[in-house]
Amino acid sequence: MLRFIVRRILITIPTILVVISITWVLIKLAPGNFYSGEKQLPPAIEKSIREKYGLDKPWYEQYGKTMWGIVRLDFGTSLRYQGQSVNTIIRRSLPVSAAIGILAYILALIVGVIAGSIAALKQNSRYDYISMALAMLGISIPNFVLGPILVLIFSLTLYWLPPSRWEGFPSRNLVLPVLTLSAIYMAYIARLTRAGMLEVLRSDYIRTARAKGLSERDVVIRHALRGGLMPVVSYTGPALAFLLTGTVVVERIFALPGLGNYFIQASLNRDEPLIIGIVAFIAITLLLMNLLVDIAYAYLDPRVRYQ
Amino acid sequence: MSTENKPDQEDLVHIGPEMAVAEADVHPDEAGTFVHGTSLWRDAWRRLLKNKLAVLGLVVVVVVTLGSIIGPTVIKGVFGFTPDYIPTHNINATRSLPPFTGPGGEFTWTHPMGTDNAGRDQFARVLQGGQISLFVGILSTLVSLLIGVTYGAVSGYLGGRVDNVMMRIVDVLYSLPYVIVVIVLLSMFRSQTPRGQLILLFIALGSVSWLTMARIVRGQVLSLKNQEFVLAARATGVSTTRIIFRHLIPNTLGPVIVYATLTIPQIMLTEAFLSFLGFGVQAPLASWGSLASDGIQNIAIFPWQLIFPGMTMALTLFSLNFLGDGLRDALDPQMRTV
Repeated sequence: MLRFIVRRILITIPTILVVISITWVLIKLAPGNFYSGEKQLPPAIEKSIREKYGLDKPWYEQYGKTMWGIVRLDFGTSLRYQGQSVNTIIRRSLPVSAAIGILAYILALIVGVIAGSIAALKQNSRYDYISMALAMLGISIPNFVLGPILVLIFSLTLYWLPPSRWEGFPSRNLVLPVLTLSAIYMAYIARLTRAGMLEVLRSDYIRTARAKGLSERDVVIRHALRGGLMPVVSYTGPALAFLLTGTVVVERIFALPGLGNYFIQASLNRDEPLIIGIVAFIAITLLLMNLLVDIAYAYLDPRVRYQ
Repeated sequence: MSTENKPDQEDLVHIGPEMAVAEADVHPDEAGTFVHGTSLWRDAWRRLLKNKLAVLGLVVVVVVTLGSIIGPTVIKGVFGFTPDYIPTHNINATRSLPPFTGPGGEFTWTHPMGTDNAGRDQFARVLQGGQISLFVGILSTLVSLLIGVTYGAVSGYLGGRVDNVMMRIVDVLYSLPYVIVVIVLLSMFRSQTPRGQLILLFIALGSVSWLTMARIVRGQVLSLKNQEFVLAARATGVSTTRIIFRHLIPNTLGPVIVYATLTIPQIMLTEAFLSFLGFGVQAPLASWGSLASDGIQNIAIFPWQLIFPGMTMALTLFSLNFLGDGLRDALDPQMRTV
């Protein structure tokens, strides 16, 4: 187990560096510069800008400086948000993204596992068809269509819930963003649970469990779910990645000041330190989460450890 | 959904790869003599037709595709305007009309989906947007097919250390936040021309969506490569490249087609997502994503400007997903991943 964890960590660290390096190279290779706007700058001013931001240095020195900053978790200063460090922006916007992301994932997990299990246990019944049709709908409706439609119904027609803005953590403003974000994961998890459960329910050890006289409830909860949920556990890694991209849209629709919104603004403004800072932060978080998921998976399924 | 079509186990017998060795090395002129080679596809087709949802999906996909291709031309013929046509007279009266409504508030067939903010016909815009959305979806899927199938087949066939390294790379790429990198790519290299941005979009989407395809093909090749027909090909001196491309890849076609069908909606969704955020398709070109993005500005007053492009897209993706699921059940009843 220890060897497995060490090997995973050894893969994770270079991966983080690769993501950051790709981003850095893309930014440096792109034509133009963050200061090149519509009008041509006088050469003297351009020269002093380049000196101020260290752009006159050779590329390896610039790269080294960026990387050294990331190693120390100091991402520098934003170019657009004057006087604010990237760390401050991340610290301020992370709780917003984390709140809707985590809530959406928990909601998706609860609804998805329950719906998927019922669909599998009552295969080919009405429950099965309805929940799988809804799951397919959830996969097919883009979240930027679902979000506005929910706003249209619950905010602008029924006046039940506020349509946008961030008003702190436990607030009614979170209901619609969380619903919008979780729809697709709910759908995926329901489908994964159903497929996993169907496979497990046919296996020999379930027959053994039934044969030795366990109640149906014990068979399902203590035996079937444990095996049937393995695909859901392994989906957690990709889900986190998708959750991040999902929050980008959801934060935009509901005007929430989260990481995704800042990332889009930074990309549009070409705010280089902020782009690299957010990409680095996302890469590190995501890969650490993946690491944890892998370890959990290896713990749950001994076969993985010895591959 | 379609588990009511219990796979006929007898049908699977036809999928034996032994006929592929005959097919692959046969001269194209003689290919027609191998009649039994088509039975897999005929069986699959028969099974697909039994699946009502998949057939419905197929019909919707065909209708939407044909509508997108010939629709704008037909509208020009019937009503005399193109999707880009902005009325020059009476401008304010033709802006943001509700569905089936004329400039004076009267009922009309001219704008079944209403008009947009500039007075353009929403129906024609949605059809034209479909062209771009479907085009991006299909072409990027082809790019991902090309990379994924080759990569997976080479990795699976060569095996050993090469396979190990190639699959580690896939594992690493899998865990990347690739949409984030794609956004950086698209915003940094933002092209001056809409066409340039479209090409950038193909490259970006195609080059990040081949990973699952590579894994599927590798798995298939791993189980195929130790069979007798490969041994026979190797014994007769067929080169490695030829074995991979003429003997192994054709035998993976079933799962590849299934997964390609499921990749198209995923890529269309990503394209719409990028266009929605303003990184994808640029005006005057439009896709369902960028139309929805335009529509969301007026969601409170003119909801149809979002609902029509959004729902057309959802319907198409829904149908493609059902079609893909149906194809999977029809072509390979044993492949039951989500």
